[in-house]
Amino acid sequence: MSSADVSGSRRGSLINDPKIRGLVYQFVLVALLIFLIYGAASNAVENLRAARIASGFGFLEQAAGFDINQKLIPFSSSGSTYGEAFMVGLLNTLLVSAIAVVLATFLGFAVGVARLSQNWIVAKLAAVYVECIRNVPLLLQLFIWYNAVLKPLPGPRQSLDLGAGTYLNSRGLFFPQPLFGERFGWVWVGLAVAIAGAYLFHRWARREQLATGRQYPVIRVGLALIIGLPLVIFFLLGQPLTFNYPELRGFNFAGGIQVFPEFVALLIGLTTYTAAFIAEIVRAGILSVSRGQTEAAYALGLHASPTLRLVVVPQAMRVIIPPLTNQYLNLVKNSSLAVAIGYPDLVQVFMGTVLNQTGQAVEVIAITMAVYLTISIITSLIMNIYNSRMAIVER
Amino acid sequence: MSMLVTQEPYLRQTQVDPEPPPVLVSGPVAWIRAHLLSSPLNIAMTVVTLYLSYLIFTPLIKFALIDAVWTGQDREACLAGPGGEVGACWAYVRAKLSYFTYGSYPWDLRWRVDIFFALTAIGVVWMLWLDAPRRSLGAFYFFIIYPIVSFILLSGWNAIGLSTVDTSLWGGILVTIIVSIVGIVFSLPFGVLLALGRRSALPAIRLASIIFIEVIRGVPLITVLFMANTMLPLFLPGNMTPDRLLRPLVGVAIFAAAYMAEVVRGGLQAIPKGQYEGAMSLGLGYWTMMRLVVLPQALRIVIPGIVNVFIALFKDTTLVSIVGIFDLLRTVEATLTDPTWSTPTTRFSGYAFAAVFYFIFCFGMSRYSLAIERRFARGHKR
Repeated sequence: MSSADVSGSRRGSLINDPKIRGLVYQFVLVALLIFLIYGAASNAVENLRAARIASGFGFLEQAAGFDINQKLIPFSSSGSTYGEAFMVGLLNTLLVSAIAVVLATFLGFAVGVARLSQNWIVAKLAAVYVECIRNVPLLLQLFIWYNAVLKPLPGPRQSLDLGAGTYLNSRGLFFPQPLFGERFGWVWVGLAVAIAGAYLFHRWARREQLATGRQYPVIRVGLALIIGLPLVIFFLLGQPLTFNYPELRGFNFAGGIQVFPEFVALLIGLTTYTAAFIAEIVRAGILSVSRGQTEAAYALGLHASPTLRLVVVPQAMRVIIPPLTNQYLNLVKNSSLAVAIGYPDLVQVFMGTVLNQTGQAVEVIAITMAVYLTISIITSLIMNIYNSRMAIVER
Repeated sequence: MSMLVTQEPYLRQTQVDPEPPPVLVSGPVAWIRAHLLSSPLNIAMTVVTLYLSYLIFTPLIKFALIDAVWTGQDREACLAGPGGEVGACWAYVRAKLSYFTYGSYPWDLRWRVDIFFALTAIGVVWMLWLDAPRRSLGAFYFFIIYPIVSFILLSGWNAIGLSTVDTSLWGGILVTIIVSIVGIVFSLPFGVLLALGRRSALPAIRLASIIFIEVIRGVPLITVLFMANTMLPLFLPGNMTPDRLLRPLVGVAIFAAAYMAEVVRGGLQAIPKGQYEGAMSLGLGYWTMMRLVVLPQALRIVIPGIVNVFIALFKDTTLVSIVGIFDLLRTVEATLTDPTWSTPTTRFSGYAFAAVFYFIFCFGMSRYSLAIERRFARGHKR
């Protein structure tokens, strides 16, 4: 700044003063943006008036008049509003994204570790998986899963029996619906108590180890508590759980839970696609921990398992987490491809059906974009907090 | 100091038995032992993976090669395969190949598309081959001459004797390549400007760049395409309706620019401060400094990143099919309703063709990107 002042005063010319220039540039940019936005807005108002399309967000209260096959909240073609249709779509987007994120993380970590396996065939098979999935567009993969794999499945009468009351046919996946008895609530209570107990034991064992050096089997005790206690309560109460099995009645199944093929296709597509990217991130993360770290851990007398758990993984996670966050966000954004195979997600319901019925493009698109932006920002914030806690603490 | 030796030193009287030969450390047997059978767990993994590969690859090879139908005029050929079972119907792909490539572009004018493909190849090779002669001329060609010539060539210009072809007739691989090339040609300059804007000292410019980049990167491409498709006509004066193909092109260019900006920013941040200061101490102004000192170095480092953006962009071009543009995927879908070729395996064959097409391009580009990365890393290796 001071050099700018000096040069400005020496030359005495306003044109060459970087400060003045900067102000002029910014003024020009702002003026240009205002002009563009004003022009676009006034044109839009004009065009909307010509097309007799209402504006404002009042349409959210209007009756929708269409039905959605998969809904997590009550929705019907008679009486539900566009606002409720928006909620149904949003919940469907969140549902498929949440399940796919969990599955993709597991699959991705497994494939990423497999790519580094000593076993040549395992490593190569993982590599083939990653390359084949990563280099083919997701939309094409969704078409393959939906149109070429799930749709040609036999009809309900020739369903594939997957065992345990689960059937797969062209109308989707049918599996038994658990019916919780009255006293089943106690099992949940038992589970909560067990988790709390496992956590307390973990804290006690850690303090004890720091004080005395003695180690306790934290994982085994924790697992025994979390699995054992609810099971014991479950059997003590006389198994208050029954299943509503899907049954073939006429031309379709009745009872049980039906998962629509659109959901299955989207879930498989998103999971396998994102897992391939996560696998590469995991591989890069593990490779980023230098061999010296492993060797030093061995030199300290650590076995392979604690070396991995205490030395390699924590350092690898630092490299893995930021790009992993990006992949999660990509997954949420990619779930919008649902529109191509007819899964009723936010884009399909809101930007598709609602937009077509109301014609209120500006409002609908603004709301949809705002939703995705909000999801992005919230995820980034959470991940940033996590990341700063994981980051190396330097002096 | 003397010491009386009272005991004879031990001397071996007989020859030692030869050591057993060492376990093989090289050769195929040793390799298999080390990589596939080193422990019980490893053996189990090998067996399971081999079985898995058998389950995956045998039906695939049987379907794509052994039972496949290669020649034929219509669906009859693909209904009864030579092995009794019906495999992939490559005859259908062969019959539809020209539609997949050109869409509905008029038959007698397809030489123009061929020239466009050739021009594209020249431009891309010129840009990607780092040791190519006259690369600055290449950049001029790729970013200025080539887009203008291609546009005139493809859409026609009656004044110089090229009859016009409506964009609704364009389709297939032609459109896929147009969308991705437009994406790259527009996103690179805009991305550089946005990246510079984001690192600018002027708050208004920085804020505008950040908002643009983060908003676009925060939303899915499909919403940007919908926006371009429905809102572009709204924002323009009433009598102007942008071309059907132009709208998604605008959307793709905007979308790619935001991602490109972040890649370029990475390159700008990697340039040491000394380079900026050196340039400034030589008396260079902002733009001269950027043009002659910073950007040439920054863009060179981020070539792998740019290629990765391009790969993502190339795959994302399939999304234009959702807003009604006939790209490769859409043309494949369109042929599936053709009763002449309706067989149980037609759909698989069409999708397989598209998948192989995308795979070849994306895989090739990712290999290129890796090679460049290695080449740049060579200087840093100890």
